[in-house]
Amino acid sequence: MRLMNFYKISVIALIGIASAASQATAQLRVVATTPDLASVAREIGGDRVNVVALAKPTEDPHFVDAKPSFIVTLNRADALIEGGAELELGWLPPLLENARNGKINAGGPGRIVASEGIRLLEIPTSFDRSKGDIHSLGNPHFMVDPVSAKIVARNIANHFAQIDPKNAATYNANLARFNARIDTKLGEWQRELAPYRGAKIVTYHRDFIYLAQRFGFTIVDELEPKPGIAPSPSHLAQVIGEMRRDNAKVILVQPFQNRKTAETVARQTGASVLDTPQQPGAVRNTTTYFDMLDNLVRALGTGLGAQK
Amino acid sequence: MYHTRSTIALALFALPAFAGAQVTPSKSKQDSIARADSIARADSIALVKQLEKELGAAGADTSGAVSSQGPRATGSYMNIGFVALTDGGWSTAHDIGAIERGDHDPKVNGFTMPNAEISLDGNVDPYFKGFSNIVLKIDSAGETGIELEEAYGLTTSLPANLQIKFGQFFTEFGRQNPQHPHAWSFLDAPLVLNRMFGPDGLRSQGVRFSWLLPTPFYTEALVTLANATGGTTSSFRSPDSPEIHGGVVDDRQVQHASDLLIAPRINTSFDLTETQTVVLGASAAFGPNNSGPSAKTQIYGADLYWKWKPAAAEAGFPFLSLQSEALWRHYDAAQRVAEANPALILPTEVLKDGGAYAQVLWGIKPRIVAGLRGEFARGNQSAFVSELRRDQSRWSPNFTWYPTEFSKIRVQYNYDNRKAIGTDHSLWFQLEFLIGAHAAHKF
Repeated sequence: MRLMNFYKISVIALIGIASAASQATAQLRVVATTPDLASVAREIGGDRVNVVALAKPTEDPHFVDAKPSFIVTLNRADALIEGGAELELGWLPPLLENARNGKINAGGPGRIVASEGIRLLEIPTSFDRSKGDIHSLGNPHFMVDPVSAKIVARNIANHFAQIDPKNAATYNANLARFNARIDTKLGEWQRELAPYRGAKIVTYHRDFIYLAQRFGFTIVDELEPKPGIAPSPSHLAQVIGEMRRDNAKVILVQPFQNRKTAETVARQTGASVLDTPQQPGAVRNTTTYFDMLDNLVRALGTGLGAQK
Repeated sequence: MYHTRSTIALALFALPAFAGAQVTPSKSKQDSIARADSIARADSIALVKQLEKELGAAGADTSGAVSSQGPRATGSYMNIGFVALTDGGWSTAHDIGAIERGDHDPKVNGFTMPNAEISLDGNVDPYFKGFSNIVLKIDSAGETGIELEEAYGLTTSLPANLQIKFGQFFTEFGRQNPQHPHAWSFLDAPLVLNRMFGPDGLRSQGVRFSWLLPTPFYTEALVTLANATGGTTSSFRSPDSPEIHGGVVDDRQVQHASDLLIAPRINTSFDLTETQTVVLGASAAFGPNNSGPSAKTQIYGADLYWKWKPAAAEAGFPFLSLQSEALWRHYDAAQRVAEANPALILPTEVLKDGGAYAQVLWGIKPRIVAGLRGEFARGNQSAFVSELRRDQSRWSPNFTWYPTEFSKIRVQYNYDNRKAIGTDHSLWFQLEFLIGAHAAHKF
């Protein structure tokens, strides 16, 4: 009798483990290089996917440490979403080399290149590092343009449907819902920022050009003299001159950029420094891509409004 | 292939069913299981047939061709990079080569070009990657030497988390041995690595097998099988070995598997917190040496790397890191004829050496790093007094400015202390430039 009980318990436990395992495997294991891509993947995948981001929301996505724990994460992934415009060039290749996961090899359905189909800006005509750290495929900071996010979402939905055809309808429905929500929100964001169309702004790095193009801002200059090159006093003096001449009153910085440098320039020009993180999760209560853009638009509206 | 996969899948499906069958062995259940099993089998056979049919026509399948508006392809089939180091400085040591034994270390008062490296890499095909490093260096007499430092293939699609490397490559022993001078945090090699692995580091021709273990944290087990002969297998059958054991070299061809160098390694890593990571490794190298026909060498090593980087770091700064390695060598020297004096027979003896280094790096602000390394290497007494086995220690504070990832300016002070010789002071500068492709650094 006791033996019977033991068997029963074992069977229940086994069934439990098996069903837990099958539930776990039923969810696609998705790895995104950055939190913004991860958020879009969650919108498209819903409860059918389990998404993790490698870079932290407050981390400079160009300089992520290739930690061995990421090798394990990538080894067990069903899909990898990367920006694709060389943003992750400094850390993703050695991780992939050791991850030994054929599912996420380049060219396969499990490898999702977010930038595919996006008209990238600033594609260099010549490769010359004396111009700073330029990306040969173009500027990779396209996710702050909500229209780019729609293309990214389409790429993700297409690949999810290929990897997991039985849930294709769900992914497509989620894509349609995501697109509709982007359209609605884009209208709101555009209305909110409409009064500041043509506003002159300064950024730390060339990471807001897609946002400027979408919402009609003019970027006067960057605090970095060239992409990836640390601000020098002579260049900052030039930026201060340009800001005074053009009446630029805001400087946009991300959490990993040197706020002190921006504050110094702001003091000289009467401008204000705006915290404008591009990653969901970088500030409290911004867990999704929409939260991140809500926060960004609010910060811009408040900052530019105060300067009016 | 598909058949094998479906068999495995069936076996997996059958596992819980089998467990169920054990406790409720009623006939009807068994029948239903058998029926389900046969349905599943029929389904899978049908699927295989369907797949075979589809694969037969795969040439015409264009479903993979999505939007042609993808990013523009750049570059070529091969990444090409060139990195060159220039050292300059002065030392109070009269024999700089005795305190700077590495091939990529400063060689003379004045200037040294210790390393100019052409690196090539690319995907060979869907199954392999290829890498090569061709090193040019100018010796203390101003002569240029060339060496095929590394040339190896690496598998990309083996099953079961396996990976094979083959060709000429740095043995994966500890942290620094497989690194190229460009990735070093100090401008010279640690004393203990020079002692165990010679001026060029341990590298040879062979095969390396690696398995990424299915543990929840990163664990990789590696084993290298390589030739134990040549100038870059310093503790084994190197033509320069008389500098260690003092005897005439027992020169012979490889006769047994035990004449090869075997180097196992285990490497594991944990994220202690969101901002701290630790990597721990243990390595060994076993192989013959040439002091006698059956003389062996064993080397053991332990390594540690810890790094802290805050959640919001600018260009990877600030950071704090600690790297340390300890190595032990057990060198069985056979009874041998002294090279310097054929009338003298050196006795059978065990040459025991050990040493360690620890280095702390502080990335103070973007692109500026301060470092401090402390190290020592020791050897026991032996009939042959080897200059390579003298007790010595060194302290090296340094300071590096990286204008970008592609250039580096470093200054390093070395305080060397050698038993029976005394102390020396050296001040070295190093400049580096890199053009072309820059392979990303491993953690």
